[in-house]
Amino acid sequence: MPLRGKHLLSIAELTVPEIELILKTARGFKEIFTRPIKKVPTLRGKTVINIFFEPSTRTRSSFELAAKRLSADAINFSVSTSSVTKGESLIDTGRNLQAMNPDLIVIRHTLAGAPALLATHCKGSCVINAGDGMHEHPTQALLDALTIKEHKGRLDGLKVAIIGDIKHSRVARSNVLLLTKMNASVCVCGPPTLLPVGFESYGVKVTYHMEEALTGADVIMLLRAQRERQQEVFYPSFKEYSMLYGLDRCKMKWAKPDAIVMHPGPINRGIEIDQEMADGDYSVILEQVSNGVATRMAVLYLLLGASEEPGI
Amino acid sequence: MKLLFHGGRIVDPSQGLDGRADLLVEDGIVKRVGGIARNKSWQTVDASGLVLAPGFVDMHVHLREPGGEGKETIQTGSEAAAAGGFTSIACMPNTNPVNDSPALTRYILERARQTNLVNVFPIGALTRGSQGEELAEIGVMHRAGIVAASDDGNPIQNHQLMRRALEYIKLFDIPVIDHCEDRLLAAGGCMNEGAMSTRLGLRGASRTAEELHVARDVMLSRVTGGRVHIAHVSARESLDWIRQGKRHGAAVTCEVTPHHFSLTDRDIADYDTNFKMSPPLREHEDVQAMLQGLADGTVDCIASDHAPHTSLEKDTTFEEAANGVIGLETSVPLALDRLVHTGVISFTRLVELISWNPSKILRLDRGTLREGAVADITVIDPNRESTIDVRCFKSKSRNCPFHGWKLRGIAVMTVVGGRVVYRVA
Repeated sequence: MPLRGKHLLSIAELTVPEIELILKTARGFKEIFTRPIKKVPTLRGKTVINIFFEPSTRTRSSFELAAKRLSADAINFSVSTSSVTKGESLIDTGRNLQAMNPDLIVIRHTLAGAPALLATHCKGSCVINAGDGMHEHPTQALLDALTIKEHKGRLDGLKVAIIGDIKHSRVARSNVLLLTKMNASVCVCGPPTLLPVGFESYGVKVTYHMEEALTGADVIMLLRAQRERQQEVFYPSFKEYSMLYGLDRCKMKWAKPDAIVMHPGPINRGIEIDQEMADGDYSVILEQVSNGVATRMAVLYLLLGASEEPGI
Repeated sequence: MKLLFHGGRIVDPSQGLDGRADLLVEDGIVKRVGGIARNKSWQTVDASGLVLAPGFVDMHVHLREPGGEGKETIQTGSEAAAAGGFTSIACMPNTNPVNDSPALTRYILERARQTNLVNVFPIGALTRGSQGEELAEIGVMHRAGIVAASDDGNPIQNHQLMRRALEYIKLFDIPVIDHCEDRLLAAGGCMNEGAMSTRLGLRGASRTAEELHVARDVMLSRVTGGRVHIAHVSARESLDWIRQGKRHGAAVTCEVTPHHFSLTDRDIADYDTNFKMSPPLREHEDVQAMLQGLADGTVDCIASDHAPHTSLEKDTTFEEAANGVIGLETSVPLALDRLVHTGVISFTRLVELISWNPSKILRLDRGTLREGAVADITVIDPNRESTIDVRCFKSKSRNCPFHGWKLRGIAVMTVVGGRVVYRVA
């Protein structure tokens, strides 16, 4: 059974069976990583273009590696971050890419809805959203789900705490959508200035207090702290943020003894997480990175080659 | 030259009229209203089944000329107005250059005279270049023909300057039209701040950004006695302030757009930029409050905020897209379908909102079919169904969120100064 949609633009549009299919496929691909030759011929002859309108090293490398391990030809199309990227040029860039007949385009953009706009203008290609503004980052939520499942065996009924800048986070939005679809119980926590209006409508608990968020948590997801955005200041200092929301041994005691700590990276050591927690036994942050490649392979495979055998 | 409308229903709140009557126009003037026998030598319109009202007035239109002729011109905007049932339009000064001088005011009036379709009433800038720093020469522009002063899309943030403006305009008995928005509170938001902006990941503009300036204007109008007209009210709290201000004798009036009484932020599907405007679409409770205000008299006018843009400004991501929707050719069908046929307001109230009240606010000698008045007449077929099709618009632009909507009721004939300027096919 392939995915219903031609593109992967959001978690919102995925069904529970589709999420399960992606996770199952990703688990299958992980086995390849242990082989001496980490490459299968599944997508030979397919072309994947990564176009990033926002600086990113790990997501871009992850998609590139995923494509290459499936034998697709992957090229990176970097857009200078110094030049103003107007929507007109996005459409024009899309048309130019389209003229080169790629099978799939991976796009990251600073503005919400840009991947959807590209998808409407590149009718011949599949489009994967690798993060759009404050909207969604679907493959991040999928790789997080894979990581949680590997540790906990399930998502259903787990207590997940998401901590930090919820307001500006596409990672938080995609994770909340995915986890609530899979019946996990989600609590988001951060300073009131960083909790967006109407977040309760997702069916999650919203709190300002770490103790409330962490008590009984199976999974703790930390978000990257950024003090300023668009000339607005949301809290007085990193020191104060760290005191209130920085994960340390003391706060960790509120969570379940076998809780795992996650972070989409890159981490600010000493701000949202202290040294000990980042490198300690609770941390699964580097597993998330490995699972990122497997998850992206699964998505590429399901969008491009699901009619063929995965060749694992 | 005589023109007889025979057998129609005349709705004219200026003289408390709603009933079957004939109307005779002679030399561009309303000659007589009542039972009039046909005369072979007169041009006669069979108006049975139709409603005759004093010509509709849209007091909030952007004609884009000079400077934005790719989006609209005085010619195409006037054609759109005539086709939409409007006999008079007031045009905002945010052209390029800004209409902050008598020369530009006269240029607009001259182009409108050449176009010779509908009445065009220019609105002058309130401050020089609409920069919000010093008052524009409102007096000389008033002499040249402006009917109101406004910095529309670039509203005055400085409260002291707003106070001075409201004091000063008393001299000319014109209103200041204010687009109420505190820029710092709005924080660059591109849609209503709420559950929908959170879901779409778009920056939200707080409703309080509007409410704050509405409250300010109500207070300043009470203190100064200057007339303030609140443009395109979108938030329910704003209407509460206006209602309260009116009760306390503030010289405040306001308008609501058809999109703000027909749509909510939930309609922004797939980042469709035709749903992006300022102020943004609000929530269900706000639409309910607009309907309430339209019915109970808190709202004075329906105005379209007709804001044409080419696909260059709209065919892009939601945050980058220009604000604004066109409305001249959809206002009347939307008002009839969503307000009159649903029983929210009566026909008389509609004519008050879309003709008599805006005429009074701008001190136009329009909005009435009294004998001796200029024969500006809008003829409505209240039951004729139409489907909104942007490809058929007279406007140069296509940025309309209502494409494909089926609506009941439409303007079938537009008469300006006794001359038929539009007749439906």
